Amino acid sequence: MALDKFGIAKRIAQEVRDGFYVNLGIGIPTLVANYIPANINVVLQSENGLLGIGPFPKDSDVDPDLINAGKQTVTMLDGSALFSSAESFGMIRSGKIQLTILGAMEVSENGDIANWKIPGKMVKGMGGAMDLVASAKNIIVAMQHKNKAGESKLLKKCTLPITGLHCVKKIVTELAVLDVVPGGGFKLLERAPGVSVEEIKNSTEGKLIIESDNIPEMKL
Amino acid sequence: MINKVVKDADTAIADIPNGAILMVGGFGLCGIPENGIAALLKKNIKQLTCISNNAGVDDFGLGLLLKNKQIKKMISSYVGENEEFERQLLAGELEVDLIPQGTLAERIRAGGAGIPAFYTPAGYGTEVAEGKEVREFEGKMYLMEQWLRADFSLVKAWKGDTAGNLIYRGTARNFNPMMASAGKITIAEVEELVPAGELDPNHIHTPGIYVTRIFQGKNYEKRIEQRTITAN
Repeated sequence: MALDKFGIAKRIAQEVRDGFYVNLGIGIPTLVANYIPANINVVLQSENGLLGIGPFPKDSDVDPDLINAGKQTVTMLDGSALFSSAESFGMIRSGKIQLTILGAMEVSENGDIANWKIPGKMVKGMGGAMDLVASAKNIIVAMQHKNKAGESKLLKKCTLPITGLHCVKKIVTELAVLDVVPGGGFKLLERAPGVSVEEIKNSTEGKLIIESDNIPEMKL
Repeated sequence: MINKVVKDADTAIADIPNGAILMVGGFGLCGIPENGIAALLKKNIKQLTCISNNAGVDDFGLGLLLKNKQIKKMISSYVGENEEFERQLLAGELEVDLIPQGTLAERIRAGGAGIPAFYTPAGYGTEVAEGKEVREFEGKMYLMEQWLRADFSLVKAWKGDTAGNLIYRGTARNFNPMMASAGKITIAEVEELVPAGELDPNHIHTPGIYVTRIFQGKNYEKRIEQRTITAN
């Protein structure tokens, strides 16, 4: 069965390693924080100026001066640090963040990502997405395999305005885990429990690389 | 020590003319100069260009000035929380320049640091790159981006002293320190104004040299956009 958004977040959490500084985008990526194993040490970065994002506050501890990049109230942890937006993007551009997890509207088989603008519709702005994708060494995209119209979001070429070129390394959808390989193409690594390779093939417009007759199921 | 104190927000903004280029601190509604915005609204200064990461919400922050048609142009990274903004944009009443957030922060920092341009990878290969110089460094492509400076910067800090030194609190720091340094005239409002000497110089985030005027703000609402809590 296809995963729900919590399942996608749970699977992505398995990619987080001990000692990582991680930036989580808005939406499903934010949920990843709930599934990071307790036995590893990870620091979450919020681009509005916080390293060491803690859980959401108790009602009595809500502080309007402490929010994440999604404008949600958060807390700090022992060892947290605060800084300006300029410093925040300095650490992002200089490659200090080991893992960036974000959502997307489209990803192409060469790793281009589109996630900020739909022409003809209201344009909200790119926020920090262009800075993140231009500099991050390791980008995992969390998204649905198909859009609401049932069209694949894993494409040969993005049709929407690009956020960044050749940057996505891995994609986790409700159906599959796929790597974007250097020569171009989505290499199928894992299937969601009960999802067939056939279904993934039918949902992927870009070049799908299947190197094994026995693609394993995700372990969640 | 030079005394930067003015009586209130109305006095602090008294010489901002129609058509001024402003920087307005804050991320969402966190760390915005609430008193300064209220004074701009009251004085009904028009044709403003506002450089600010966001555009407030419909009934608070810069949204108040938008609703009152005081803003001609917004320079921001994300403006998605505001229906009036959308209406004015689609009706052609408002100009908007959308800039990647890190580029916006660095352009403002550069403005305050006397650096006219720099190279950043953000936006390379996208429509943000249109018309910009592209240059390769060590095999990677970068865009040239230019500094931003303002006629007036409106910033908000937690504590300040009479010499204009500022300390921010939590994530309310965000764009405020860079904007403080990039204004020809910088107006700082603080929750607590103390005599020079009371703040520990080791803890100052914005040195008073950048601040032209400082006043003690009042009635801070500190509205929260997304109140998210953990069950007790």
